[in-house]
Amino acid sequence: MAIEHADVLRAAHLARLGLNSDAEAAGYVDDLTQILEMVDRLQAVNTDGVAPLSHPLDATQRLRADEVTETNQRETFQACAPETAEGLYLVPRVVE
Amino acid sequence: MQWETVIGLEVHVQLATQSKIFSGASTAFGAEPNTQACAIDLGLPGVLPVLNEGAVAMAVQFGLAIDAEIPETSLFERKNYFYPDLPKGYQTSQMAQPIVGKGEVELVLDDDVRKRVRIHHAHLEEDAGKSLHELFSNSRGHGMSGIDLNRAGTPLLEIVSEPDMRSAKEAVAYIRAIHAIVTYLRISDGNMAEGSLRCDVNVSVRPKGQETLGTRAEIKNVNSFRFVERAIEFEVERQIELIEDGGKVVQETRLYDPDQDETRSMRTKEEANDYRYFPCPDLLPVMLDSAYIEHQRSTLPELPTQKRNRFETSLGLSVYDAGVLSATRPTAEYFEAVLAVCGDAKQAANWVQGELSAHLNRENIDIANSPVTPEQLGGLIQRVLDDTINGKAAKQVFAALWNNEGASADEIIDTRGLKQVTDTGAIEAMIDQVIADSPVQVAQYRDADPEKRGKMIGYFVGQVMKASRGTANPQQVNGLLKQKLDEA
Repeated sequence: MAIEHADVLRAAHLARLGLNSDAEAAGYVDDLTQILEMVDRLQAVNTDGVAPLSHPLDATQRLRADEVTETNQRETFQACAPETAEGLYLVPRVVE
Repeated sequence: MQWETVIGLEVHVQLATQSKIFSGASTAFGAEPNTQACAIDLGLPGVLPVLNEGAVAMAVQFGLAIDAEIPETSLFERKNYFYPDLPKGYQTSQMAQPIVGKGEVELVLDDDVRKRVRIHHAHLEEDAGKSLHELFSNSRGHGMSGIDLNRAGTPLLEIVSEPDMRSAKEAVAYIRAIHAIVTYLRISDGNMAEGSLRCDVNVSVRPKGQETLGTRAEIKNVNSFRFVERAIEFEVERQIELIEDGGKVVQETRLYDPDQDETRSMRTKEEANDYRYFPCPDLLPVMLDSAYIEHQRSTLPELPTQKRNRFETSLGLSVYDAGVLSATRPTAEYFEAVLAVCGDAKQAANWVQGELSAHLNRENIDIANSPVTPEQLGGLIQRVLDDTINGKAAKQVFAALWNNEGASADEIIDTRGLKQVTDTGAIEAMIDQVIADSPVQVAQYRDADPEKRGKMIGYFVGQVMKASRGTANPQQVNGLLKQKLDEA
């Protein structure tokens, strides 16, 4: 599978990554192409009857009891927020 | 051309857990902004989500209630997008292996017509925070949005139906059915006004008889039964007009605006959403063994349709009564508690839907908080059934119970002397007195055509009942009066 310049720009946009130059994007085209080539080679392995692997660990999720264990730490958390007002975090205006 | 409407729904149900799906922060509604958003909810570095067993249990209970498969393994994935009320940059959700598989919900339509709607699956996910777009400005005077993350991480069960509904009415019946199931199970408070149950509606139209589905529009976040109906009706009309004018429906997300009663396209971004789902590395596969699932099954209450059917078939209630009395769990439980005391389903149904409902509605009280307990009402009905009191006195007793003027019907009947007089001699004495006191009316009655006497006797019944302070047995009074007036 070939990856193109436009694919890199799109992936960067979706991940909100700013690429500084065309040259930087071109570098990613090369890197990602190599990664995908390796994936292509993996695709050659016959995986019929093998369940997709979501986690490499042979373990299952632990569950916690439904109990409130956290206390209000708003002041601590908001101390490192750029802007707050009336207990809210302020962000640049979002309009749908 | 004849058009057919096709509707599928995604219903987001906020689960009634104490704490969030992946953290120990409280989910209580209405707290001060951001006082219930902990480090995990905020997506701070180095935190690890741990799944809430309460949320898992509720999802499984829902699955069992709709006869769905509960897969042994389910998986959490990350749905990636950027929005300020989603601090992690992804929503933890499920896609490939949801916790609840295919199931089915039965709807009850008008005239007791039943319809089955297939459920594609239901999955667990976390809610986002809330953006407040009121006027906030930063220190440099720029317009800002305020973000409250208390809701972030609240567990949601998203229930996805197949496109099985064919009208706005069916869609509303479906949402009511889901609402009834989740509130019977007590896995959600079902409060639509507070956003505990939110719907995305997929609507398309196709020429009647056509197999393939038309292009659908998705209407987001319709938050009341009434708006669901109106949003669909508007959207169906819009799509039909568009096609009949030679246009094409485009697949898009639309918002319903209740003020204008219309749906509007949300600005379609140039790129389609690309959420790049992938397994969440922080959450391992969830394994549920059959012992766990069977334990959850053992906690299930009788469900709304089961109750409705039983009310009709074993209790002999009318379709209407069975529908009303099974509509909510508190109503059904109240009715059944009354029935347990008085043993007469028809009477219990009449009292709950009549006198009790009227009082509750007038004072806007929820049946769960009724000042008259089901035991008290059952006791009252017993006294009607065994002829201790007549219907008129029963209403007085009910009012007294409502106003907390006595602990039981028996006590009130006793202290107020409401016991029905069935002693023929005593009633005859009162009748003789009334006849003696009303010579004019007696003469009129006796002069009247026998066919008109039936109406005229009402006056005398009223006088006798008054003389007995409402305690005489009305049937007896009627019969004896007739005899005495007609015998002359």
